[in-house]
Amino acid sequence: MGLQEYDIEVERDGLDTEEMTLNMGPQHPSTHGVLRFVVKADGEVMRKATPDVGYLHRSIEKIAEKVGYHGFMPYTDRVDYVAAMFCNQSWAMACERLAAIEVPVRGEYCRVVAAELNRISSHLLSAASMTLDIGAATPFFHAFREREKINDLLEELCGARLTYNYMRIGGVAWDLPPGFVEQTRAFLDDFEPALAEFHDLISGNKIYVERIAGVAPTSAARAVAYNLVGPNLRASGVDFDVRRDIPYSIYPQLKFAVPVGRGEVGTIGDCFDRYIVRMREIEQSVSLVRQCLEQMEPGPVLAKVPRKFRPPVGEVYVRVESARGDMGWYVVSDGSEFPVRCKIRTGSFAAMSMIEELSRGLMLADLVAVIASLDIVAPEVDR
Amino acid sequence: MEFAAILARVQGCFPDVAGDSQPAVGDPWVTVAAAAICDVCTFLRDEPELRFDCLTNQSGLDLQAENKLQVVYHLFSYTHRHQLVLKVDTPRENAVVPTVESVWPAANWLEREIYDLFGIVFSDHTDLRRIMLPDDWVGHPLRKDYVEQEHYHGIATRRESLLR
Repeated sequence: MGLQEYDIEVERDGLDTEEMTLNMGPQHPSTHGVLRFVVKADGEVMRKATPDVGYLHRSIEKIAEKVGYHGFMPYTDRVDYVAAMFCNQSWAMACERLAAIEVPVRGEYCRVVAAELNRISSHLLSAASMTLDIGAATPFFHAFREREKINDLLEELCGARLTYNYMRIGGVAWDLPPGFVEQTRAFLDDFEPALAEFHDLISGNKIYVERIAGVAPTSAARAVAYNLVGPNLRASGVDFDVRRDIPYSIYPQLKFAVPVGRGEVGTIGDCFDRYIVRMREIEQSVSLVRQCLEQMEPGPVLAKVPRKFRPPVGEVYVRVESARGDMGWYVVSDGSEFPVRCKIRTGSFAAMSMIEELSRGLMLADLVAVIASLDIVAPEVDR
Repeated sequence: MEFAAILARVQGCFPDVAGDSQPAVGDPWVTVAAAAICDVCTFLRDEPELRFDCLTNQSGLDLQAENKLQVVYHLFSYTHRHQLVLKVDTPRENAVVPTVESVWPAANWLEREIYDLFGIVFSDHTDLRRIMLPDDWVGHPLRKDYVEQEHYHGIATRRESLLR
């Protein structure tokens, strides 16, 4: 029996379709740190998700102006504590470029070994938390088991498992400890089959792939306009890697490929591409560490740098390929012991600013996949 | 394209707004008048030979000795793989610079951060709110003359050193 027969007027347009405002965070397990989203949703579909950041603002840029060049090194660890080696390296590089300091070759090798190991551990964390956020718990433990071994290696190297403070202006604090080369080779030998196992476990898993394929694709043009960097940019098909295209350190002597997103299961630049580009970068990092261990020659690791470090008047903008992509350090010196300005432009900041646009029309549950696939680390957004 | 060639192209179209400076160390930059920044940026982005499609960094700078604030733009072209630094001067009091949000959407958040930490107002910005600090915070911390407020909602912002 139709409704008409009951003489009830049905007015589709008059239905109450109020927009819902939901609050996600600041303490939400999938926000990867302390940050908040204000989500405007129509049922399960998001109108937009507005990020609210700043919960982890520790005024690191202001601290740089107060503690001097050498003293700032431990603070750089806190910019991105998942990949602190890169922050160490970029700060050191900025100071070295200001004062025209040459880093000893072995020092550069030590930096690249440490940084690439850190890249593996950072990408493992990203992949692990992404699978966990999406609902697959097992891969998380597989990835963390391997990450733990890298933490052990880096602890051996510099005494810390997360905030390394390993590099210095002019090189690195310590040479590789005895047995480190053998331990690292042994780890890499074990790690490669473990990575293959991880791929078998999840990368081709139908549930996982269908959950992230084709979700929130970013075109190359939008990615560039929003200044997405690193794996997020490459997932959109832009073949750019600072290590290769604006070379620094000893990367020109090393061979590595730059994986780009191909949209193999969905659209180019979707969540799956961002995931798989990171996983492929891990393989490249493994090869880079092996090459470094092979090529390293004995020698000094730290150049002579005065304790009272006063670079000449000038300004530099240093770009380093961090685990979260092109990290820019703009450092201005007035010739004194303290920098006038230290601006840190991070990959997560740009990725976060894009979420509002990416979220439009997306399912509410996909927001978690988008945040995870952009590999956002909240302290890096806020600094 | 090298800096000199890029500068020549810019000066060809904007003869009175662009000058250049070479620091003792680091990259040279082009100084642009605040009123012209949006036009210059649009030109730099759209000109096929320049094609600065990306604003990699935008930063505030307080030059207290010269009694001015600066906004520094680091541009990069993924098409041609060249870069350029632009600078815009603005007075410390009543600092206003037009937004370049319409040229590169990345500027939206970068300018919000500069507004928050330096107090430079970006005219015509669509969403100029504080980003790092609470909305009711007083002052702009990265200014050299910044004095921290003593209390925030009854919470002291300083405490005695524990090392006594």
